Amino acid sequence: MDEKTVKIKDPVLSIRNLSVSYEKGKYAVKNVSADIKRNAVTAIMGPSGCGKSTMLRAINRMHELYENIETEGTLILNGKDITHMPSIQVRRMAGMVFQRPNPFPTMSIYDNVIAGYKLNGIRMKRSERDDIVERSLRDVTLWDEVKDNLYKKGTFLSGGQQQRLCIARALAFDPEVILLDEPTSALDPVATAKIEDLLVELKENYSILMVTHNMAQAARISDYSMFMYLGELVEYDKTKDMFTNPRDRRTEEYLTGKFG
Amino acid sequence: MESTVKLTSGNLGKRKTRDNLFKSLVIAFSVITISPIVLIIYKLIEKGIRQISLDFILKTPPDTFQAMTALGNGELIPGGIANGITGTLIMVVLASAMAIPVGVITGIFLYENPGKPLANLTRNISDILQGVPSIVLGLIAYIWVVKPVTNGFSALAGSVSLSIMMLPMIVRSTEETLKMIPESVKEAALALGVPYYKVLLKVLIPTGFSGLLTGILLGISRILGETAPLMLTALGSSVVNLDITKPTSAIPLLIWEFYNDPNMVDLIWSSSLLLMAMVLGLNLLSKRIASRSK
Repeated sequence: MDEKTVKIKDPVLSIRNLSVSYEKGKYAVKNVSADIKRNAVTAIMGPSGCGKSTMLRAINRMHELYENIETEGTLILNGKDITHMPSIQVRRMAGMVFQRPNPFPTMSIYDNVIAGYKLNGIRMKRSERDDIVERSLRDVTLWDEVKDNLYKKGTFLSGGQQQRLCIARALAFDPEVILLDEPTSALDPVATAKIEDLLVELKENYSILMVTHNMAQAARISDYSMFMYLGELVEYDKTKDMFTNPRDRRTEEYLTGKFG
Repeated sequence: MESTVKLTSGNLGKRKTRDNLFKSLVIAFSVITISPIVLIIYKLIEKGIRQISLDFILKTPPDTFQAMTALGNGELIPGGIANGITGTLIMVVLASAMAIPVGVITGIFLYENPGKPLANLTRNISDILQGVPSIVLGLIAYIWVVKPVTNGFSALAGSVSLSIMMLPMIVRSTEETLKMIPESVKEAALALGVPYYKVLLKVLIPTGFSGLLTGILLGISRILGETAPLMLTALGSSVVNLDITKPTSAIPLLIWEFYNDPNMVDLIWSSSLLLMAMVLGLNLLSKRIASRSK
């Protein structure tokens, strides 16, 4: 780790020499190493195509879906090396929220929240399930809006509500880290503000790593920020420090709007 | 500004005429397209409706003599096509039971392995299969089933030929349906740590269920009226037969038989009307299912 990367004590997630290539020799993420702070919001910024989503998806092993993508490096989640753990297990520990709200179209709101348990065939008592659903929906401040319509389809909700439902679905598993891939880019400003408030509240109990296209958003809600460019981690620092005093010229140019 | 003035003046009248001409052409051709079905249904109802009764569904066809007597007395032909209805139902159910599992699983395979040589080969062969003349499928079922398995004409042989006809339709519709499901839904399920086969069974198939069902219903409605392959396999039977290893009748086979007997001509129309109603009903049902899922 070089001097442009902040030191984090007791990180929730350690990324070591992570590289992802879509084609042999062409790297979308080049040798990234970073520690992610526990109970904080960490934002990954950068222009389109800089590899920020690719890196996030590597943590959750989404790349295994595609044969041509190769991932190298080591991931340590809460002290455990998860690099070679079965992807099914890793994904349960690292909840993922995607760019577009993607509730399961055939399932009710209730079933969407509990989907992780249901689809994995984990049996539990009705009361336990009810508790998880209520807790998760309360966590995302959706409970009061949907508590009378729990058995309606999740797709009837507005875009912002759907995205909160998707966050609730990720929270239901009590993940050790929540990964969000530009969670507000498909939402209107009001819905975006709600999600942002929500993320700030959630960091009390969860560790959040989010990709954002939006510098202002990173500045508003994140505690730590990474700036990626052309697959490299250019700079990683406390958000306040990075925005007031970027150490790399490229970061400065990005933050001042010279490119992006 | 000058060009706008030009646009609104000389040219406009001509362009409006051309527009109207084209519009009426479109409407005329649409009418030509829908008129056959309207005329068919009209004719079938006009000629067939009076024979339709409870007896028509519950009884077997009369013999020529009974039909002749009834015609001579100016009465309706007695009896019905119960043997054809049961035969068609048995064969369609059997054919579906064979074709649906194989077709759906093959469709899933094609969806899962886009671009793989074996998948491309399978897809091409399935497309070719769709173009094989149905009488040829009847011949194949004759060689495969009639001679070696049931030792004679049988409903089983008929349903084998029908299932081969259905197969490519189900394969294609399964693949297309699964392709329509957004990748994000698949990713959402995988991100929850759900094993792939469960994603397929519990998320993708339920999400595309209406599409799958539509394809299956269209496949069934396609084979409902097939006659040629059944002539070589099921042959026909004058009584209701529930044994799948014995010759069995079907509605289209009966229509052919009625056509060959001058006394039974009236029954052609009512049988065709019933068959048409079944096909139309399945088509409308599949349209409803498809539109509800959108």
